[in-house]
Amino acid sequence: MLEPINISMESLNLATLTPMLVAIGGGLIILVLDLLNSKLHKSLYVMLTLLILFIDFGAVTGLNVNERGFFDVMLIDGVSIVSQLLIIAASMLFTPLALTSKRFHEYSYPEFFALFLFMVAGFQFMAASDNLILIFVGLETSSLSLYTLIALHNRANSFEAAIKYFTMGALAAAFYAMGSAIIYALTGSVELYKVAEVLATRLDETGIMVAVFGGAVMLLVAFAFKMSLYPFHSWAPDVYEGSSASLAGYMSVVPKVAAIVVTVRIFGMYIDLGVEWVRYILLALAVLTMTLSNIMALVQEDVKRMLAYSSISHAGFIMAAIGLDTTEGTTAIFLYYTLFLFTNLGAFSMLWVSRHKVKRYSDRYDHPYEKFAGLIHIMPIGAVIMALFMLSLAGVPPFSVFWGKIYVMQAAVNSGFIWLAIVMGINSAISAYYYLKLVVYMFLKEPTKDTNTVYYNLSRPLMAVIGLATVATITAVMYVQPLISYIYYMVSASGY
Amino acid sequence: MDNILSVLVFFPAIAGLLGFVVDKNSARAYGITVASIEFLLSLWLWFSFDTTDAGMQFVENIPLIPDFGVSYYLGVDGISLFIVIMATLMTLIGMISMSITENIKNMIVTLLFLEMTMVGVFVSLDAIIFYLFWELSLVPMLYIIGAWGGNLRVYAAVKFFLYTFTGSLVMLVGMLSLAYLYHNTTGVWSFAITDWYLLDLSTTEQLWLFVAFFLGFAIKVPMFPFHTWLPYAHGQAPTIGSVILAAVLLKMGTYGFVRFSLPIFPDASVMMITPIVTLSIIMIVYTAMVAYAQKDIKQVIAYSSVSHMGIIMVGIFAMNAEGISGSIFQMLSHGIVSGALFMLVGMLYDRRGTKLMSEFGGLASVMPKFAVIFGIMLMASVGLPLTIGFVGEFLVLVGFYNVSPIMTMLAGTSIIVGAVYMLTLYKKSFFGPVTNEINKSLKDLSKIELISLLPLVAIVVWLGVYPKPVLQPIDNSVKAMVEFMDKKAKTQEAKDVIKTVKVKREVK
Repeated sequence: MLEPINISMESLNLATLTPMLVAIGGGLIILVLDLLNSKLHKSLYVMLTLLILFIDFGAVTGLNVNERGFFDVMLIDGVSIVSQLLIIAASMLFTPLALTSKRFHEYSYPEFFALFLFMVAGFQFMAASDNLILIFVGLETSSLSLYTLIALHNRANSFEAAIKYFTMGALAAAFYAMGSAIIYALTGSVELYKVAEVLATRLDETGIMVAVFGGAVMLLVAFAFKMSLYPFHSWAPDVYEGSSASLAGYMSVVPKVAAIVVTVRIFGMYIDLGVEWVRYILLALAVLTMTLSNIMALVQEDVKRMLAYSSISHAGFIMAAIGLDTTEGTTAIFLYYTLFLFTNLGAFSMLWVSRHKVKRYSDRYDHPYEKFAGLIHIMPIGAVIMALFMLSLAGVPPFSVFWGKIYVMQAAVNSGFIWLAIVMGINSAISAYYYLKLVVYMFLKEPTKDTNTVYYNLSRPLMAVIGLATVATITAVMYVQPLISYIYYMVSASGY
Repeated sequence: MDNILSVLVFFPAIAGLLGFVVDKNSARAYGITVASIEFLLSLWLWFSFDTTDAGMQFVENIPLIPDFGVSYYLGVDGISLFIVIMATLMTLIGMISMSITENIKNMIVTLLFLEMTMVGVFVSLDAIIFYLFWELSLVPMLYIIGAWGGNLRVYAAVKFFLYTFTGSLVMLVGMLSLAYLYHNTTGVWSFAITDWYLLDLSTTEQLWLFVAFFLGFAIKVPMFPFHTWLPYAHGQAPTIGSVILAAVLLKMGTYGFVRFSLPIFPDASVMMITPIVTLSIIMIVYTAMVAYAQKDIKQVIAYSSVSHMGIIMVGIFAMNAEGISGSIFQMLSHGIVSGALFMLVGMLYDRRGTKLMSEFGGLASVMPKFAVIFGIMLMASVGLPLTIGFVGEFLVLVGFYNVSPIMTMLAGTSIIVGAVYMLTLYKKSFFGPVTNEINKSLKDLSKIELISLLPLVAIVVWLGVYPKPVLQPIDNSVKAMVEFMDKKAKTQEAKDVIKTVKVKREVK
C-alpha cells in the first residue's frame, strides 16, 4: 500500500518559480493573441515581450536570497538572482532590435517572440537550480528554442547554422546526460549539494577518482560546447554568421551566462572538494581558448566572424575566472559579462544597422571590412560609436570592458596566478590588432564603393538601444562601484 | 582655486566635445584660443604653486571605486609641474604653426583630447587613473598619424599603438600585483601612488615588479631594443604629430620611471643601474650613429631625439639629486628643442615637399631667419653652454659621475657624436652654394611661423642662462624623493649608492 503524498503549499515555495512562470505564461499569451487575431503588427509583440520581461525582472528582484523551493529542486541563491537579472536585462535590450526599418521575415511571426520567452525561461531554470535533471530540462528548452530562432532568419546559411548548432548541441546534451548519469551512479543523487556531501566522504577511495574524472570530463565537454571554448568552439563563427546580427550578439552573452552559472556550481564543487586537476583543466582550456581564438580572429575578413572569435576569446577570460574559484573570481564573471553585454550587443547592433537584404560588398560575407571603409565620412556618429565599442572590447580605459578585464586580472593575481594575468594582458594586446583593424578601416581609409546606404536598417528603437549601449560603455566608471559591491555581496552570500 | 588640476585636465576635453559644433572655418581659431587659455591656466598653476614645498600640491582625492581601491586622485609637485606647462605650451605652439588644412576640425578636436590625456598622465597620483590617461593618449595619436601621415601611415600608426599597448598591459599586471601586495600588508585596497611609496617590499618582489613597469615605460621612452616603432611614427606622422610625440608623449615614459620605479622600488632600481645604463649608452651611441647615416632631415632629428632620451635615462638612474633634477630639466629642454626642430623641418617640407638633405644646400643665403633659428635650436640640441640643452646634460653627467666615471665618459660621447651629425646636417643643407634652382625662390619664415618659433627661442636662451626659477622647484621635490628613497632602501648596496652621493653633496 502506497503512502498518500501529502505536501503543504508553503513547503513548495512557489514564489521561486514565479519568474519562469511569468515568461512561459507570457509566451502563451502571445500565441493565444495570434490565434484570436493573426493580423497584428510585430511592434505589438515586441512591446508585449518587453512588458513581460519587465514583470519577470520584477519577480526576480522580489526573491529572497538563499531559498529553496519546489521539492528543493529550485535554488535561489545570490548567483542565480544576479545571473537571472543579467539574462533578463540582456533580453530586454535585445527585443527592440526587432523593430528595424526594413522588414525581416522572422519578426512577422508571433512564434518568434513566444519561443524567445520560452528560451528565457529555460535559461532561468538553468541558473536557478542545482538539480542536474532540472538543469537538463532548462538546457534543452532553451537550446531547442534557440535553434528555431536561428532558422527563422530564413536564409540558406541560417538553416545551415541552425542544423549545425542543433547536431552539435545534441551531442553536447548527450555528453551532459552521460556525465550526470555517472554522477548519479557514484552518489545516488542528482542534487549537487548532496552529491558534494557524498563525494566528500568517498574521495579517498581508490578507483572512485576514475569515475569522478569521467563524469567531470563529460560535463565539461557539454558546457565547453555551450560556452564555445576551444576545442569545442568551431560552431560559433558559422552559427553567428548564419543568424541575424542582433541574435548573434545576444547569443554571445546570454546562453553563456546560463551555462557559466551551471559550470560554476558543478566545477566549483569539484575544486572545493580538493580535486585540483579540474582547476588545471579549466585554466588550460581558458588559456587555449583566449589565445587560439584571438589568433583566428586576426585573419578573419568579415567583421561578424571577427566579433564571433572575439566573443570566444572573451569567454576564455571568463573561463579563467571560473578556474580561480574565489569570490573575487566569481564576482569578476558577472561583472565582466554585465560590462561586456552593453559593448558587445552594441557592436552587433551596429552590424545589424548596416545589414542589407542582399550581399552588396562581397559574394561570401555580409559584413566584410571593406563595407566599413571610410565610414567616418558617410556616417560620422556611427563610426565614432563603433570605434568606441571596438576600443572598449580591446580593453582601453575608461570604457566598460576595461574594468571587467582588470577585475578578472586582479582576481587572478590575488589567487597567485600572475602568469594567468600576464597571459590575459598579452591576449588583450593581440586582440587590439583586429579591433583596431576595423577602426583603421572606418577612420583612415576611403570609402570603396558608392556606399551611402550603410545605415540602411536604422530605426528609432535601434538608435535607442545603441545609444543606451554607448552611454553604458562610456560611463562605466560611474556605475562600476555599485555593481561590484552588489555582485560581490550576492556572490559571497551564496557561498562562492 | 584648489581644483585647478581638474580644470586643467577636463577643460581641453570639454572644449574638444564642444569643438564638434564649431564651424570648420573657425576651428583653427577656436583651437588656438582654447589652447592659449589652457596654457594660461597652467601658468596660473605655476604662480600659485608654492615653490618651497617639495610635496604634492593642489591635491584632489575622490574615491571612485572604493571596493577596488581606485580613486580620482590628482596632485602636482616640482617634478610634474613643468612637464605639464611644457605640454600645454607645445600643444599651443604646435597648433599655431600647424599647416594642415584638410579636415582641420577633426585635427583640432583630436589635439584637444590628446591634451587632456597628456595633462592627465602627469597629474594623476592614482595608478589606474594614470593608466587610463596613458592608454587613452594612444587613440588620438593613432588617428593623427593614421589620418594625416605619409604613405605608410596606417602601418606606422598601428605599430605605434600595438607596441605601446602591449608594454603597458604588462605594466598593468605589475600595478595589479602591487595593489594586491598592498592589500596583503594593510588589508586595504589602494592604487594611490603615495600609498604605494610606503609599501615595504622584499628585493625579489621589487625586481619582478620593476621589470613589469620597466616594459611599459621603456617602450614609451623608447629604450634601445624597443625603439623601432619611433622612426616609423616620426617618419610618417604629420609635423604636429611629431612635435607632440617627441615633446610630450615620450616624456611619459621617463616620467613614469621617476614617479613609479625609483621611489617604489629603490633597491631594485639600484640593482638595475648597470643593465639600464648600459642599454641607455648603447641607445645614445647607436642611434647617434644611425642618425649620422640618415639622408632625410626628419629622420636625423628623430634619431637624435632617441639619442637624447638616452641621456635622460642615464640621469634618472644616477639615483642622486643632481642626476634626477638634470634629467627632468633635460626632459623639458628636449621637449622644447626637439619640438622646435620638428616644426622647422615641417616648415621646410611645406615649402619643398621633400625632407632629403641632398635636395637642399645653401639655404642660409635664401632663408636667413630660418637658418638662424634652426642653428640656435641645433646648438641647444647638441648642448652648447648658455642654451637650455647644456644645463640638463651637464647636471646629468655630473650626477652620474658619482656612480660610474667610465660610463659617464661613454654617455658624454653623445655630445661629440651629436655635434658631428647635427653640424653635418647643418653644413649640407644650409651652407655652400645653392645647388638646386628651386631652392632659390624659397620664402623665409612667415609671421605666423615666427610667432610660433620666437617664444621657443626665448625659452631656450632664458633657461640656458638662468635656469634657477625652473630648476629650484624641481630640485626641491627631487631632493625630498632621494632622501625618501635612501630611507626606504633596504639593501646595503642601495644605501651605499644613494648615501655616498648624499655625503658628497654635503661636502660641497
